[in-house]
This record gives sequence, C-alpha cells and structure tokens, in this order.
Amino acid sequence: MAQEGEVIIRVQDVNKWYGEYHALKNVNMEVKKGEVIVIFGPSGSGKSTFIRTINRLEEHQRGQIFVDDIELTHDVRNIELIRTETGMVFQQFNLFPHLTVMQNITLAPIQVRGMAKAKAEEVAMQLLARVGIPDQAHKFPGQLSGGQQQRVAIARALAMQPKIMLFDEPTSALDPEMIKEVLDVMIELAKSGMTMLVVTHEMGFARAVADRMFFFDQGQIVESGTPKEIFESPKEERTKLFLSQILSH
Amino acid sequence: MAENTILPPLAERSGALRWLRKNLFGSWVDSILTVVGALIIFWVVKAVLVWVFTVAEWQVVTTNLRLFMVGQYPLEQVWRLWLALAFIMFLIGNSLAIWARKSYLITILLIAFPLLLALLPFGVEPRKWMIILTVVGVIGWLIGRAKPQALSRHVIIGWIICLPIFILLTRGFTPQEGFMPIVQTNVWGGLLLTFLLTIVGIIFSFPLGVLLALGRRSELPAIRITSVLYIELIRGVPLITLFFMAQLMLPLFLPTGVTIDRVLRAMVAVILFSAAYLAENVRGGLQAIPKGQFEAAQALGLSGFKTMYFIILPQALRLIIPILVGQFIGVFKDTSLVAIVGLFDLVGIAQTVLSQPEFLGLQREVYVFISLIYWVLSYGMSYLSQQLEIKLGVGKR
Repeated sequence: MAQEGEVIIRVQDVNKWYGEYHALKNVNMEVKKGEVIVIFGPSGSGKSTFIRTINRLEEHQRGQIFVDDIELTHDVRNIELIRTETGMVFQQFNLFPHLTVMQNITLAPIQVRGMAKAKAEEVAMQLLARVGIPDQAHKFPGQLSGGQQQRVAIARALAMQPKIMLFDEPTSALDPEMIKEVLDVMIELAKSGMTMLVVTHEMGFARAVADRMFFFDQGQIVESGTPKEIFESPKEERTKLFLSQILSH
Repeated sequence: MAENTILPPLAERSGALRWLRKNLFGSWVDSILTVVGALIIFWVVKAVLVWVFTVAEWQVVTTNLRLFMVGQYPLEQVWRLWLALAFIMFLIGNSLAIWARKSYLITILLIAFPLLLALLPFGVEPRKWMIILTVVGVIGWLIGRAKPQALSRHVIIGWIICLPIFILLTRGFTPQEGFMPIVQTNVWGGLLLTFLLTIVGIIFSFPLGVLLALGRRSELPAIRITSVLYIELIRGVPLITLFFMAQLMLPLFLPTGVTIDRVLRAMVAVILFSAAYLAENVRGGLQAIPKGQFEAAQALGLSGFKTMYFIILPQALRLIIPILVGQFIGVFKDTSLVAIVGLFDLVGIAQTVLSQPEFLGLQREVYVFISLIYWVLSYGMSYLSQQLEIKLGVGKR
C-alpha cells in the first residue's frame, strides 16, 4: 500500500486510437498519493478519454498504466480490483434511477465488498451527512436536483472507500447555482487528503486546491505545472490562448 | 379558497350542454356525423341485444359448461382443481393486502370475481366452490392485512410453489384407488388446459428469453451466434409448425418405447416459441439503457453479472412491461393452435361440442362464448399490468 507522497498512479507512454483517430498520444503522468490533479483543455482534447483509461472504462492500446502497483491489462480480476480502489464521478451523474439514494450508495459496498447491510447503511448515512444531504436518503434520484444528485454520486463513490477519486467534468451538466455546492464537497474532499484527478474548467477550484495542473490538447499533454506556474507564467502559446478564452468572462 | 382566486373563463367551465355543443354539434358536418354515428351504434347494439336475448340458444354453453372449463377431467376429481384455485385465491388475498393496500377497486374486483361468476347458471357444486373461493380470498386478505411485514416472504414463496402445486393437484400422485389418483393429461382440457399451457409457457420462456437476449449481446462469438441462430430460426417459422414438429415428428426421432406426454410437448413448443420473441423484446429494453448506467456500475467494481442483475435488467424489464404483457396475451391466445394438433383446449373443446349432432349449427353461440372468456382474461392481464406500471413508476426519472 502506497504511503503519503508515494506514486499511486503511473502512466507511461499511453496511446489510444478510435479506429484511425489518434485520441491519446504518448501520455505520461505520475500521481503521488494525496495529490489533487486538475486536467483541462478544449473539448476533444482527450482529457476525458485519459481519465477513463485509469479505471479501464476506456482501453489503452499502447503503453502501461499502474494503479497502486497493479497493472491494467486484460485480466478482469485486476480491472475489478482497481475499480474497487477507484471512485468515479461522471458528468451526467449516472445514478441508478430505479434505486433509492440509500440503495445507490450501499449496493456496491454490500455486493462487492461484502459489507453487512446495516453497516453499509450506517456508512451511507455518514457520507450523506458529509455531502450535506442527510435527509434525502429514501428518495429516488429523479426527485433530487442536479446538484444533490451529483453529491449523491460522490457519496456513492466514497462508500467503496477508494484510494483515488476520478472526476469527469463533474459540474458541466449543472445549473450555475448548483455548481458551488458540488465544488464545496470536492474542496472538502481534497483537503482531507484524497488523491483526486479532476477534469474540469472550474479554474477557481484549481487555484484553491490543485497541486498540479495538466493542459491537454489534441491527445497530448501540452503543459503541466503548479496552478501558480500555469496561471501566472504559462510557457506554451496554446495554453495562454486557452486560458485567456476561459478566463476572459 | 383565497378571495383573489382567478376563475377560468366561463366558456372553459363544464356543463353537459356546453360539452355536447363543443364536441358533438360544433358545426353542420359534426352534427351530421353525430347523428349518423348514433344511428349506426343504435342499429348494431340493437341487433346484438336482440340476438343475445331472443335468438341465441345458450343451452349449448350451459349444458357443456364443464367441458369448456376442464374438458374430460373426471367429475369426481374436480375438487382438486377447486382446491388449487383456493390456494391461489388465498395468495391473491394476501398479496393485495400486502402490496396493494390502497387499491380497493382491484381488491374488491379480484376477490369478488368468483362470487360474480356464481351468478351465472352453474350447477350447485361449482357455485358452492365459487363462494368458498371468495371467502378464502377475504380470509387471505384479512390475514395479510394483519401482518404484512412478517408475511411477505411467505407469500413470495407461496407464489413460487404455486404452479408446481397446481400441476401436482391437477395430475394427482397416488394410484387409482388412492385419495388423489393420477389423471392422465389426455383428459385435461378446456380452459384448464389453455390456462396451464399459457402459465407454463410464460413462466419458463421468460428466463430463457432473458438469457437469449443477453446471449445475443455477448462478446463471446459462440454464445452470440448460437443465440442469433436460435432466435432467427424460431421466429422464422409459425407456431403451428412447431406444434406439428412436437406432435408428429418428435416421436420419429425417439427410440421405440419412449413416449413423451403430448401436453408436455405442446408446452415445450410454446416455451421455445415465446422465448425467441421475448429475447428480442428484452434486447430492445437493454438497448434503451444509457451507456452511463453500465459505466457507473463497472466503475464501482460490480462484476458483469451483478451489473446486469442489479442495474441493467431491472430497468430494462420495467421499460418493456407493456410489450411483455402484450406478448403474454399473445401466448395466451396462441395456445388455441393446439386444437389443430388434437389437444382439447378451449378451441378444441368448442370444435368437439359443435360436432355433436344436437348442437350442430350453433357456432355463433359457442365462439362468442369462448371469445368472451379470452377477452375477459386478456383484458384482466392488461389491466393488472397497467396497475403494475403505475406502481413501479414511482420514483422513475
């Protein structure tokens, strides 16, 4: 098990193609335990594809990915093991609409971790309190607002006690007034020491809690650095241009 | 009501005359259509009523009622069927009290249904049993109402063992002199046979159809190709050919001396046929589930099987309830084809009755009667499924 400051995700020369289209080109990244990484870039730049290769929702065709020293290969057992260690939050929430909030959160701990139902529900209630919606446990996802749904999705991922949390544009589908309530939860999580990879354009979030930022364009990492470096002295023209576009308004 | 409530404009408020004027006599053309339509309806209804009450000779139905219901099933053993029905009625009462507490209309309709039937010209014995059925239903309902939580598990088990019990009671299990002598399937008939073919067909084709649907989406070529071949082969032939295969060709392939029960063969044909269609319906439901649901389940570490079982299938099956019920109704009516291969289901019995010299030429009465039975049961299934949809619809996206 990785200690604080040890490398927990190692990505080496990862390439991916969709047919002829070269979606990821020689991506390299090392993430240390407890780090908060923000990944940003124009749409179609491969940032979502990249984050989804880390729990194998997308398969990479060349290069290697190690999560907590386990390599992602075709071995289904390794894939399922890594997925239990890795929580993911999606742009469209992807809650299970036929299950209550409580069932959404307890399903995986009970079915995958073999946790007792009562224990799982206790944990779920703690998590719901942590994300600020303890009174919604017995509602269905369709009865909640977008911001509440996304917070349930975060609680659902946390219920597996993951070592890493992946966020794939978690606030992009939300109405403006709900973005803050989700970001607040994510900031609290970041400060608690969780290892996080976040694909987002919320630069305020990046400034507040990111340890490092990666700028993706056309399937490549164009530039990386601390938020201070990226915001105050970006080296690449493409990075400057993109930042000026998203920060101008 | 608050003082400043704004009422809708006068023209929008109700009133019989206003409604008539708006919907039936809006213009000259409307008025003419209304009058012509009313005349046609009057003429048809009158003709039907006159036929039903003055022309039709219903004694062909009343005399042969037992044949229509159970075929040649021995009279002295019919109590076993009533007993099986009473068991079902008890479960219905329980279930209604546990899962449909607010649905008073359904509860009353279902439990009082046998009592309504008792108003029809049945003999003394059937009427006695019909009253017993309703009483048992009420008892089941009261018990269910008293202890809904504690009972629900038992009731589910009851429903699971209900079909085996029904078949066991119908068939019997002791030698001829015992208290439940075996009744061979060749005397099973009428609604009893139709009912058994339908229920067995539905219950067994359902899991098979779901497996085939999953098989067709499998990543393993062998499973996928087998499923596709099966589905396309079965869907490519009419049900009647499957019945002929089962009844006439299967014996040719079996070693001499080995025979398989004819009713069983018909059941297998229904199951195989229905499963192929069900597979395609289920596949349609599976395709309607967004990719994000699979991804969310996988991201949590759920295995492929658990993803299907807990996340995908419950949603897919809920989506296709109307289609499934349509198909189940189809199975119910399709079983009438067994009459052609010589089994005496409702239609088979109808043909037998009509071939008796004293009932020659009474096709209209007989076919109207069995149509009515098919309609009542089909509509019942349809109505229950709508209620199920409403109930399951709670909390949907």
